[in-house]
Amino acid sequence: MEATTSFVKRRANGQISIKSGNKVEQVMTGTIVSLSLLTILAFFFFNYAGLELSKAIPETAYNLKVMFLEPALSHFTWSEAIYQVGITLGLAFLATILGAVIAFFLALMAAINLSNPWVSKAVRIIVAFIRAVPTVLWVLIFAIAAGLGSEAAVLGMLFHSIAYLVKAFSEAFEEVDKGILEALTATGANWWHIVTHAVLPSTFTYLLSWTFLRFEINFSVAVAMGAAAGAGGIGFELFMASGFYFDMREVGLITYMILLLAVVLEIMSTQLKKRYFPAKAIR
Amino acid sequence: MTLVEVRNLGKSYNAQTRVLKDVSFDVEAGEFVSIIGLSGAGKSTLLRCINRMVEIDEGKVIFDGHDVGSLNKKELRKMRTNIGMIFQHYNLVPRLSVIENVLHGRLGYKTTLQGVFNRFTELEKEQAFYLLEKLGIADHAYKRCDQLSGGQQQRVGIARSLIQEPKVVLCDEPIASLDPNSSEVIMDYLKSITKELNIACIVNLHQVEIACSYSDRIIGLSKGNVVFDGPSFMLTSAHTDEIYGTKTVEARKLVSV
Amino acid sequence: MNEKAMRSQRKWQTIIWVAIIIVFTYLASDITNFNIIHGIATLPNAITWIFSNLYITPETLERLPKILEKLAETILMSIAATTTATVFSLFLGLMGSKTTGTSSVLGVFARLVASVARNIPVVAWALILLLSFGQNSMTGYLALFVGSLGFLTRAFIETIDEASHSAVEALRATGSTYFQIVFKAVIPQCLPQMISWILFMIETNIRSATLVGILTGTGIGYSFDLYYKTLNYNAVALVTFAIVISVIIIELMSNRIRKVIL
Repeated sequence: MEATTSFVKRRANGQISIKSGNKVEQVMTGTIVSLSLLTILAFFFFNYAGLELSKAIPETAYNLKVMFLEPALSHFTWSEAIYQVGITLGLAFLATILGAVIAFFLALMAAINLSNPWVSKAVRIIVAFIRAVPTVLWVLIFAIAAGLGSEAAVLGMLFHSIAYLVKAFSEAFEEVDKGILEALTATGANWWHIVTHAVLPSTFTYLLSWTFLRFEINFSVAVAMGAAAGAGGIGFELFMASGFYFDMREVGLITYMILLLAVVLEIMSTQLKKRYFPAKAIR
Repeated sequence: MTLVEVRNLGKSYNAQTRVLKDVSFDVEAGEFVSIIGLSGAGKSTLLRCINRMVEIDEGKVIFDGHDVGSLNKKELRKMRTNIGMIFQHYNLVPRLSVIENVLHGRLGYKTTLQGVFNRFTELEKEQAFYLLEKLGIADHAYKRCDQLSGGQQQRVGIARSLIQEPKVVLCDEPIASLDPNSSEVIMDYLKSITKELNIACIVNLHQVEIACSYSDRIIGLSKGNVVFDGPSFMLTSAHTDEIYGTKTVEARKLVSV
Repeated sequence: MNEKAMRSQRKWQTIIWVAIIIVFTYLASDITNFNIIHGIATLPNAITWIFSNLYITPETLERLPKILEKLAETILMSIAATTTATVFSLFLGLMGSKTTGTSSVLGVFARLVASVARNIPVVAWALILLLSFGQNSMTGYLALFVGSLGFLTRAFIETIDEASHSAVEALRATGSTYFQIVFKAVIPQCLPQMISWILFMIETNIRSATLVGILTGTGIGYSFDLYYKTLNYNAVALVTFAIVISVIIIELMSNRIRKVIL
């Protein structure tokens, strides 16, 4: 049975090729190869100063064992621990809620169906810039610029929340049915009428879900800011317990508290996602 | 020669509902059999019991002399190479080329490593092109499957099952997602393949007319029971009523306003 | 229920939600000593301060080679953490997915590992590892590795579940072995989405690497911390710009790649 077809592509050695060899495959192969090469390069470039693996690994294993199997509080009380968790949650909540309000207006300007192209483009570029600066740098910069305190932490976290939510919100706005906007414009409604009567009602649940997803992210950001930028809360206690008192039991208990809250928040947001956007990405 | 024997087959996914109840029939080589019934009647499950894509709960399926239910993993894979399967949604890998998808049909004959590293022989590749040519889609061989129309994708599915050199081809609603023209093309191919290669073809369908015009034999399934089994010309409207529930003239009374 | 009653119920629901949010905002401000008016009032001063202090002077540019070296270390660390985590996540993802999972025990194990790795913040891992691994790249690398492992495993499980169910069924029916199915159906179908997640993870890791660097004294985070603590704000500005530019370049590159492969 000889294939007579003229469609057969052959390789140099006369064998029949079965790969289509298109651009997509080339780009994917290129990406994988270059990432692998960079990884190998990375291990050569690493700074291994003071690293003794034979000591570090068993020590870490021991520390993890103490942390997770014998958690205990020693430098502060339970009520204080809960209070500190409250501070972290509070920081996350404030950054999220203020971020959502500001992002709502910015997203209206960024959505191409509600705004003009120039404004939309400008907002998007600013947002991209804000996103590129790591949160911790914003917090540290505001800490000196505005004087230390929770304001710096909230402001710093706010920036990223706004950037994240503007992207999500404007995408939700852009999915609003064009017909509805047209119909309302035809009745002579002005821009604010359209926003309050068409855009807001049809996207409200999305906005709420995205805001909650951001709250979940902000919780772990708030922990990080406590540890790295002195923003207070449970993150700061974690930093003190591990970096100052070297108390692994306390580190363990704090880690458990963070883990528990994070899992609860994650379960809640998974439920939300299942309900409101089944097939969307998890970012 | 009897290829497939189904003996008192029963299947239930949970305690309350039995999807198949005491189903028995034989299929010979060269036979074109349609299984008809409402969705939920157990057609898909029945088909998947034959190659044990779902586990058999009661009774037996004997394929080519082997008791399907008692095969171990390796024997089961070997048996599946002899059974082609065609799906409603084609079940191709959309991002791969047509020719790669066709060659997937040979994986069952290879070791894991041969398969993973695309070690297909030239003969197998030639055969793949031969089949594509016969099915009229050789010019698309290097295209990605998601660029083809539904009818063309289903032909890729047929090629994939034929390159297995199967003794039986199982078709699960092969034309349910296709327009009438493509449906006819696909059914014609299935019919001619059955005769030409002297294999058995078992097709799940929900359209009675198509089942009658193509198949030698029809099996009617209702709520997991076989309610009709015979040559297609013997299928009367009384039978179809039983298979599809009573939905004849009086059900379509005009609503007076 | 008539329309009017429904509308008034909706209205009440909205009012209750708004009230809850306001109460929470008040509580949150109270517990964190956050004063929104004070916050807004200091904003103009803060911005003035930023513009009058955070600028790059020619003298600081002399530090650029050193900063770029640290930046390269950070970027390489993020990439290495992501790629090595990808290898492990791939196996965990295959174990955890409903389509390709072989046993429910392994599936639960994979999901549990992913959940713990992801939900303990990267800072916590960094602090724990710092104690025994010391101030070097390994600490940051491992902390990012654990976080990436958790996130990518979850992403891969969802990708596999979404993309490949039907093709897996077809290959199973042809008598293929498990690894043939994985390499011939699952990976080809999911690869573009997986690469997209890997690129996303690299972007995220570069930002987290700065944070981890501040805590563990490595990479660009260490440079930032050093200049910040020595009040050398011009150098702080230079470091910040270096990070911003590299993050934006990497984002643009991955968006280009995404556009082609998705």
